[in-house]
Amino acid sequence: MKNKTFFAFVSPSVIIMILFIAIPLVTVFLQSFYVTQTVYQTVKVETCTPSFPTSICTTTEKSVPVLDENNHPVTETVYVGLDTYKSVLETDKVSKLIDSGRFFDVFTNIDFYKALSFTLLFTLITLPLVLGVGLAIALAVNNVSKRMKGPVIFVSLLPFIITPIIGALSIKWLFVSNGLLTRVLEKITGHEISVFANSWSIELLMVFYRVWHVAPFAFVLFYAGLQSVNKDTLESAIIDGASRFERIRYVVIPHLMPLIYFVTLIHLMDTYRVFEEIIGFASQAHVISLQWLTYDFLEPDDTGNRAISSASASSMLTMVGIIILLAPVLKRTLRDQKKG
Amino acid sequence: MKKSTLSTLIVLSTLSSLSYASCDFKNTQEVKTISASFAAWKAVTNAMAECGHVSSTLDSEFKTKIGSALAANPSLYEVAGVANGTFVPLLNGGLIRPLDSLVKKYGQNLNPNQLIKVDGKIMAIAMMVNTQNFMYRKDIFEKLNLKVPTTWDEVLVDAEKIKKANLVEYPLGGAYESGWNLGLEFINIYLSYNANLFDGNQPSINNAAGIKTLEMMKKLSAYMDPEYLIADPTFVQKQLQHGKIAMANLWASRATAFDNKEESQVVGKVYMSATPKSIADGHPASTMWWDGITIAKNITDEQADNAFRVAMQGLNQDMVKKNMDDAIWLVKGYKPSRLSDGAIQNAINRTPSYPLNSKIGLMHSALGKDVSDYLTGQKTAEETLKEVEYNYITAAKESGLL
Repeated sequence: MKNKTFFAFVSPSVIIMILFIAIPLVTVFLQSFYVTQTVYQTVKVETCTPSFPTSICTTTEKSVPVLDENNHPVTETVYVGLDTYKSVLETDKVSKLIDSGRFFDVFTNIDFYKALSFTLLFTLITLPLVLGVGLAIALAVNNVSKRMKGPVIFVSLLPFIITPIIGALSIKWLFVSNGLLTRVLEKITGHEISVFANSWSIELLMVFYRVWHVAPFAFVLFYAGLQSVNKDTLESAIIDGASRFERIRYVVIPHLMPLIYFVTLIHLMDTYRVFEEIIGFASQAHVISLQWLTYDFLEPDDTGNRAISSASASSMLTMVGIIILLAPVLKRTLRDQKKG
Repeated sequence: MKKSTLSTLIVLSTLSSLSYASCDFKNTQEVKTISASFAAWKAVTNAMAECGHVSSTLDSEFKTKIGSALAANPSLYEVAGVANGTFVPLLNGGLIRPLDSLVKKYGQNLNPNQLIKVDGKIMAIAMMVNTQNFMYRKDIFEKLNLKVPTTWDEVLVDAEKIKKANLVEYPLGGAYESGWNLGLEFINIYLSYNANLFDGNQPSINNAAGIKTLEMMKKLSAYMDPEYLIADPTFVQKQLQHGKIAMANLWASRATAFDNKEESQVVGKVYMSATPKSIADGHPASTMWWDGITIAKNITDEQADNAFRVAMQGLNQDMVKKNMDDAIWLVKGYKPSRLSDGAIQNAINRTPSYPLNSKIGLMHSALGKDVSDYLTGQKTAEETLKEVEYNYITAAKESGLL
């Protein structure tokens, strides 16, 4: 392809990527070093609010924003350097806990590390499960009769089609104390079951849901890969007396390796941003994730306050985490490509 | 009020000029309103729509857009429906106008306690009050010979008796969903110890009252469904409707649901009373909320005049008569029923109004996030309160309050 044609084709997506990914990223990066504050003044205010039979009036000292001549609240933006990062990472508290010999309390007592440890655990536990289940479905589908293939593929793909947040909510409604499945399980076991009362059971349900939801993605890719396995190699392996397991181990898996790396890459990226499960299961009392932490900073409270600077710092830290996690996989993929 | 973070229901009801049945005048100018989405707002906006040329946005997540919508010039909405919390950013941002002259012109039918005054100026017109009040199954209380509790300690005693009698699955229900709901439960019980949340703009909850509040919440939670940390008000309402719990401190606006034959199995059995107190000489452990209308600043005086006139049509006796049970109306013509007893008792016993300032929002969020750490046993009471103060201070510094 000529260079000119290539650029003509690519430029729309490059422009959109710059507009909607690069520029926002740079602004978020910058915002994490600045804090924009409203300027407040303290005044005595009398407020009357309704009650029965009359209103209640109270006079209190209140901090109210200073308004400029155009009736807009006055704000100042100050450069704070790494202060916001320090407050998100709670560095003082960490060193205090470590000094007093309570190192492991860092992961239960401080939001950021609590979120980090769950996010990492969740990512690393679901990864092998997704790869394994995806491969198992692919091998199974590859071996069913031609007539059955269509329906089986359709059914195995279904979980992937569901919008993640809707899926999470449905799972919650099924397993909540008065949910359908809980009722059935309680009838069978004769015990009271409260899945959402303990963090371990919530985490288990989250892992189950994520694997159920993402495995079809791995399956589709692996299934496509299986179609191009060299039949001659397989046949010669059979002649050489290789068992079914050995054929998979020494012929099929090496052939699928680039795809396995690809699925790993995508899965690490997606799962490190775990969010839907937290919101869907309303699990923030027991389990939180890094992405949820950013959301929590960003969500305005009733009176309109939101912590934009902390949210920016927290999302930057999430990005750094993803990059660290992806680095080995990316390195490996690049090396393989150079070889290939 | 934050009812749900997920369900955003937007109902756009642009009524044509079909009926002017209960509107005193024919409106010719466009009036746009934005408000939360629940029965009372539906009633009021429908009544306004009878004047013609009214389009209403009812959105349970309206608080996320109301500020920017009113900051636009001209403002995107003429009438903004607010509650205690959502009123503050509009007031602080100078986005709403004083209504004194308009009230003089069109407000002859308003009750004096409908006027929300800030520094002597009328800034909003309240239409209803809402509060969490005590709701209990009278049949169960009578069967076990229990008196209606007036303090939370008595609630614990009653809960133990109900548990032993094994009449319901769990004696008690509570909207303890971590986040906004849990934060409010703490504030309710804490304030009833006659304690202050703040010292100036500094937090002051790490004290004996704070620890007692946490301990009380933990004791109460032992009588609830073990999944209480995901129980939002709707969940508790259903528990009571389905006869799974015997008592709860729940929003007055949900009271009519228990006499709704289509979804309730306990019609006529749920009675209301004032919220129990934390200590005998405290006030009910609850806060008073109001919903009402404000008029945007960034519109012409003529538009404001017209919008206010239309809004008054939405808050007239006719509307109240048609929607008597949808809220505890402050509007003339409202007749309290058995189901509004509790809320009125709360008001008479001087339940404080949920504060109108920006620091309460920060404190509420910090409490909502951290109180669950104590309830799940991840932190001690003192550690929890320290963490709340730390999170409050961090957020207050970032917003400029400290």
